[in-house]
Amino acid sequence: MKKKRIVIHEEYCIGCRLCEVHCLVQHSKSRDIVKAFKEERSSTMARVMVEESGPVSFALQCRQCSESNCLEACISGAMHRDPETGAVVCDESKCVGCWMCIMVCPAGAIRQNLTGTHIASKCDLCYGSAMPACVLNCPNEALTYEEVEVRD
Amino acid sequence: MALSYISPQFIIERDASRCIACQVCVRQCANDVHSYNEEDGLVSSHSLNCAGCHRCVTACPTQALNVRLSPLDFRPHANWTPSIITNIYKQAESGGMLLTGMGCDQPYRIYWDHMVLNASQVTNPSIDPLREPMELKTYLGSKPEQLEFSQSQDGLELDTEIGPQLELAIPIMFSAMSYGSISFNACESLARAAQIAGTYYNTGEGGLHPDLYKYGANTVAQVASGRFGVHLNYLNAVAALEIKVGQGAKPGIGGHLPGEKVSLDISRTRMIPQGTDAISPAPHHDIYSIEDLRQLIFALKEATHYSKPVSVKVAAVHNIAPIASGIVRAGADIVAIDGLRGGTGAAPTVIRNNVGIPIEMAIAAVDQRLRDEGIRHRASLVAAGSIRSSSDVVKAIALGADAVYIATSALVALGCHLCQRCYTGKCNWGIATQDPYLTKRLNPNIGARRLVNLLRAWSLEIKEMMGGMGVNSIESLRGNRDHLRGVGLNQVELDALGIKAAGY
Repeated sequence: MKKKRIVIHEEYCIGCRLCEVHCLVQHSKSRDIVKAFKEERSSTMARVMVEESGPVSFALQCRQCSESNCLEACISGAMHRDPETGAVVCDESKCVGCWMCIMVCPAGAIRQNLTGTHIASKCDLCYGSAMPACVLNCPNEALTYEEVEVRD
Repeated sequence: MALSYISPQFIIERDASRCIACQVCVRQCANDVHSYNEEDGLVSSHSLNCAGCHRCVTACPTQALNVRLSPLDFRPHANWTPSIITNIYKQAESGGMLLTGMGCDQPYRIYWDHMVLNASQVTNPSIDPLREPMELKTYLGSKPEQLEFSQSQDGLELDTEIGPQLELAIPIMFSAMSYGSISFNACESLARAAQIAGTYYNTGEGGLHPDLYKYGANTVAQVASGRFGVHLNYLNAVAALEIKVGQGAKPGIGGHLPGEKVSLDISRTRMIPQGTDAISPAPHHDIYSIEDLRQLIFALKEATHYSKPVSVKVAAVHNIAPIASGIVRAGADIVAIDGLRGGTGAAPTVIRNNVGIPIEMAIAAVDQRLRDEGIRHRASLVAAGSIRSSSDVVKAIALGADAVYIATSALVALGCHLCQRCYTGKCNWGIATQDPYLTKRLNPNIGARRLVNLLRAWSLEIKEMMGGMGVNSIESLRGNRDHLRGVGLNQVELDALGIKAAGY
């Protein structure tokens, strides 16, 4: 089955971290970049992380695994698969902050959101947007949003 | 340490109400202009190192940054300008030659901007390029004196043997820029764009990286005074060869790629030891006359079995017309001339700003001389040295060029902001650098796309201008100076350009 997924092109990542900036804005209350950073900084965080080692860098977000360890480890049923996109999404109203998903994630792509609610924070492919904010704002096309073959 | 007298050239304005301290500017500046202070959570800027390349301004997600020329004024003096005073300070501190990059930045008259084009009105029809075919294709190479045909059973057959030609879908090629002076990604962007657009790019004196051999059919390979990277496979892998005698930015001067830039990849491509300076001598040590040049031209033709045209590139200098005549008589199929404002990755400022003549004058002089001598058909003429727009292309061709080379325009399309600091190797746009942190900033997928877009846009404009003149083929425009008129030029300049003044 073909689904749209974020593809990482590490050779073109310039480590600017604009993906992190725009991810944070996208998941903020106001979605206004200046306001998000200056007023809402304590209640919002980026769900993509740039990994760096020397000149090599890449932006890492949830890989939306077909066999997701986090789904199986979730004790409250918060972590679920969106039937439409096939993306793994955390229902923040159900998450109890036990961090089991973080323990089992092979990519290290889930983080603790300690800004208020103590819930697991992960990429939701910018649910409802045509293109994830990190892809849309990557200045060097080091992230692309492509149809890729995924297992059911 | 003694006090430096050099003051910042630029001033960086940061709008504190918009700066979100995301530190994108800090990460994007290779000159360490911006820095983040963890204690107070603020980003600040130190203007002294700013090259004015606008990388930070372009990358800033909140448009919080602006770079302006420093408002620091010297006491006004028409003779002792701030740049002259500052240059003396620099030399008094360093004791060295001043280096620079890109083309001449001095306000010599730009003749392109003093020539206007014709258009058809009433007495002759203009052509609508959206409705009628318009031919931009041209061929570079030696053309025969005349064509001979014979009658056969199948009809007419061409008996005249026509030498090897370069087929250009548009009369614009990418000029020589070596792998070393520019990054691999920049080279690949140019190569891919040339392939897509049906034209050629030029290796410069950097040899041909193994990964670029696949673009060989769209490559012109240079043979220059250092002979870097020249071997039989290199010569045979490409569409045409070019002997580089001179370069518009630095006529009479060789090249110098510092050892720090000679990485493993570059050392292999250039066939020199890693980390050693790559020095191209000022002259070719085997060319001291037209006869010597002829030997090299034919050595290259022999090596490639007369299968590809050989170009000779020279800088536009005082006696360019007889020089070009000699080059044609030496057997060159293409003469490429690079004018005063042609670019470079590194040149002494004094040479760049003071040596050579404008390309407009050189094209006019060479085209006329070759016509007068009856040898214009024996070689194609390629004009280089600051072709900035489609109208410059049209004017160059109307003056007598067969095609043009662009390099600065191509780099601008890739992001170059003409900061003129190529020689530092810290190009924030990933073009004139070999630093692995910086080179990946130029994604060749994006680069090739931008270059192809530029060529497409220019070709649309060229067709529109040609249509207005009632010309439907670029080859009919070549040397058609009746389509040009001079504005604000004196009679000597008009005569040198071979054009009439507006109103005549």
